[in-house]
Amino acid sequence: MIGILVVCHSFKASSGIAEIALQMAGEKARVVGVGGNEEGGIGTSTGKIYEALLDLLDECDGIVILPDLGSAVLSAKAALDFLEEEQKSRVLIADAPVLEGAVMAVVEASTGSSLEKVKQVAEEAHSLKKLRV
Amino acid sequence: MDNGKLDVTKAIEAVKRIKDIVDANKEYLTELDSAIGDADHGINMSRGFTKALEKVKSNEYNDIGSVFKDVAMTLMSTVGGAAGPLYGTFFMKASMKLAAQKEADLSLLAQAFREGLQGVVALGKAQLSDKTMVDALTPAVEALESAAKDGLTLKQGLEKALAMAEKGMKDTIPMVARKGRASYLGERSAGHQDPGATSSYLILKAFYDALEG
Ligand SMILES: Nc1ncnc2c1ncn2[C@@H]1O[C@H](COP(=O)(O)OP(=O)(O)OP(=O)(O)O)[C@@H](O)[C@H]1O
Ligand SMILES: [Mg+2]
Repeated sequence: MIGILVVCHSFKASSGIAEIALQMAGEKARVVGVGGNEEGGIGTSTGKIYEALLDLLDECDGIVILPDLGSAVLSAKAALDFLEEEQKSRVLIADAPVLEGAVMAVVEASTGSSLEKVKQVAEEAHSLKKLRV
Repeated sequence: MDNGKLDVTKAIEAVKRIKDIVDANKEYLTELDSAIGDADHGINMSRGFTKALEKVKSNEYNDIGSVFKDVAMTLMSTVGGAAGPLYGTFFMKASMKLAAQKEADLSLLAQAFREGLQGVVALGKAQLSDKTMVDALTPAVEALESAAKDGLTLKQGLEKALAMAEKGMKDTIPMVARKGRASYLGERSAGHQDPGATSSYLILKAFYDALEG
């Protein structure tokens, strides 16, 4: 099973997005939110992301990270550098709209897809249309 | 006798001076960041270096690499914004070059800062003129390297680096941001000095001042 790690500048945003995405896949999926700086304010923390990754790596075959903006991407990349090579090889960062990407990724993951496939599907969320003419 | 090199005591002094100068410029950095960002750079940097100073003061060190490494780890987790992983990487890559070294002369510090800068670029993918800290750090590291070639002392090299960092910092004013939060402003980011380039200048200033004694 591939787990999804949602990284936002706000813990509330990350856990809310995780909650919404989980509703799509129920118990079969694993989606975790991490966010906020060390003091709980708006921001990101490499340390927090690293710990969340370690927890998820224990339970999952692989992890797709969905960062929101700016430092979420940089902090996630920095956290990857602290992992061992074997662990690192099981984590990918997806360049995707975070909510749509999380929903699509979790649905894909719940069908038992590979790490690469889940990342790819998350990134396809870029082309989702919400309003059709 | 003071040989003018950066030893453990001076490295810790440098961390203290960074904390002090960042605190003294906290409002200024935040003001710069409010013009083209989310108004947290001063607060972020102050939080990070306050924690970094606490960390290095609570430890015993045999080499300067370990001081830099503790600073790196602390910044990564406590700064909270883009500056956290970026400066964290800067100090981390520099620490690898300084591992097991009791002191650094100009040549070694230039090499360490070059590694640090390369780490920042590898992580953040900023190029020159993208209006980031890279615009201050790059000319500063180049100045350190050429000063080392000319056989100057560490203090003299840092003086030259500081002047170049200041110029690089001011040169960010007309630039249009292409990286970080300011890039969302597009053309409207022009006309403001980059907060990260400014904090990079302040960090170099602190290293220079730490070598005064
Ligand atoms: N990709 C990057 N490469 C190099 N420097 C960058 C990059 N992104 C941002 N910066 C630098 O970081 C500074 C902003 O730092 P700050 O700590 O305020 O982060 P932030 O932009 O608020 O982070 P966040 O992404 O969490 O909003 C900018 O002024 C710029 O110099
Ligand atoms: Mg900011």
